[in-house]
Amino acid sequence: MSDLNALTLAGARDKLVAKEITSVELTEACLAAIEGSDNLNAFVHKTPEIALDQARAADQRLAKGSQQDPAPALCGLPLGIKDLFCTKGVPSQAASAILKGFKPEYESTVSQNLLDAGAVMLGKLNMDEFAMGSSNETSVYGDTVNPWKVDDRRLTPGGSSGGSAGAVAADLCLAATGTDTGGSIRQPAAFTGTVGIKPTYGRCSRWGIVAFASSLDQAGPITKSVRDAAIMLEAMCGHDPKDSTSSELPVPNFEALLTGDIRGQKIGIPKEYRMDGMPDEIEALWRDGAAKLADAGAEMVDISLPHTKYALPAYYVIAPAEASSNLARYDGVRYGHRATLDAGDGITEMYEKTRAEGFGAEVQRRVMVGTYVLSAGFYDAYYNRARKVRALIKQDFDTVFAAGVDAILAPTTPSAAFGLGEMQNADPLQMYLNDVFTVTVNLAGLPGVSVPAGLDAQGLPLGLQLIGRPWEEGDLLNCALALERAVGFSQKPNKWW
Amino acid sequence: MAIDTETAARVAKLARIKVEDSDLPALAGEFNAILGFIEQLNEVDVSGIEPMTSVTPMRLKRRVDAVTDGDQQDKIRANAPDFREGFFAVPKVVE
Repeated sequence: MSDLNALTLAGARDKLVAKEITSVELTEACLAAIEGSDNLNAFVHKTPEIALDQARAADQRLAKGSQQDPAPALCGLPLGIKDLFCTKGVPSQAASAILKGFKPEYESTVSQNLLDAGAVMLGKLNMDEFAMGSSNETSVYGDTVNPWKVDDRRLTPGGSSGGSAGAVAADLCLAATGTDTGGSIRQPAAFTGTVGIKPTYGRCSRWGIVAFASSLDQAGPITKSVRDAAIMLEAMCGHDPKDSTSSELPVPNFEALLTGDIRGQKIGIPKEYRMDGMPDEIEALWRDGAAKLADAGAEMVDISLPHTKYALPAYYVIAPAEASSNLARYDGVRYGHRATLDAGDGITEMYEKTRAEGFGAEVQRRVMVGTYVLSAGFYDAYYNRARKVRALIKQDFDTVFAAGVDAILAPTTPSAAFGLGEMQNADPLQMYLNDVFTVTVNLAGLPGVSVPAGLDAQGLPLGLQLIGRPWEEGDLLNCALALERAVGFSQKPNKWW
Repeated sequence: MAIDTETAARVAKLARIKVEDSDLPALAGEFNAILGFIEQLNEVDVSGIEPMTSVTPMRLKRRVDAVTDGDQQDKIRANAPDFREGFFAVPKVVE
């Protein structure tokens, strides 16, 4: 059978349970696709032996499966894991030189949950260094290239989960883990025609995920369909005593909540997301999406989120502040890179040289901005003010949800994928604008999902974002399913790599 | 408020990142662009607003004050750049 790697999670699961295929066959198809994908640079640490061992174990488990004792949800399904997740005995370096050679002695809770659900790990996926970036260009492994291509240009798959999104779009794996601090699951999903959901803050344990900005970071899946997102998210979620911010709320069966029926749902259209200079194509995509949800029986309402324009500046205080604190641990003492020292160098020189060699330019910039906004005399003016603005941004959402809005529809990104290197000479702020529609969701801790919604005039995918009430990922995914069905996006990148 | 090269050098020092003197003017320029962007926050009336501390109101969990872990020296040292005689080794700290 050919092209098993092109299956969805749900499709492969059904074939595995029906014994039409084996996990070893499925895994071998993905491994072959990965071997032929070096031009994309998505998989940066391949683990074929681990994958095949897990696939053989999954096949044994599936053989024993019965209606009374079904195999676990992801049994035998091959996944890619973002390099930000610590995976036991497998390099996990957050795409940074400072963690070169680091092999964790432990497994992150989310990846362990996936393994417990029977998943097969194909390897580690490229990303922006420490998840800081929107184009996958800050990685120590080099750029990931978007499988979508319309001319001579090599395009970005977005970031920071660029390797995850690219690998799923190119059918190198059935689905992948991502993490999202300001849009790092949803923006790459939009750039690659895949589905990406960031759940409510606290749904997924952060334990064992290399920390960027702890009050914003959340893990989530990047998948080929909304149904797959529901299946994989459920397996990733759950309370973890090792993360004090992880929620004790029960995790619903998200897939069982997928009916596609959104009649009577109130969907908000936030007027502040209609930015000056927004391309007509994005505006039209948004309008069409709203019309399709209305056709499906939803009631569209205009809403206002008045503090939207302050979300990016608040984010660029809070995220670097938390990053400067989290990244203080990379000092060349307990793990990772240590600089070669000159005679007479003391411990301060060791720290300074190690961090200058180990961190890339963007990471250094954010650590220093964070250090500045937290420094004596500026803490109130910058950091505390940003936290107050964050409270106002959250209040904006609380207000519209209290008024009966079930979900909010907005574009995921202000443009389609751009060329690698095109932003090289722009100032860092230009790159930060990629997150303008996604970052509010992280600040407010809400769930958000990007669904592929069409192609632009060049033929590149564009995404629409749905934002849900806290802890209501089930309703949100149901709404996303209705959008997915109404849009009928089925295009795939043509293989050129 | 403009950041000069002296401030940029002080921030780099605080962050324990070595920045060559020749790179300080460019770094100061980048700081100024980013801080200029952040300045927008001053337009917002935040009087009477409590800083947000957690995304959902929750009390930090407590647990029994008991040892739940330990005896993992081999795992802890496995990734150390320089580990000798049971210690992480670093350059001389005290003269």
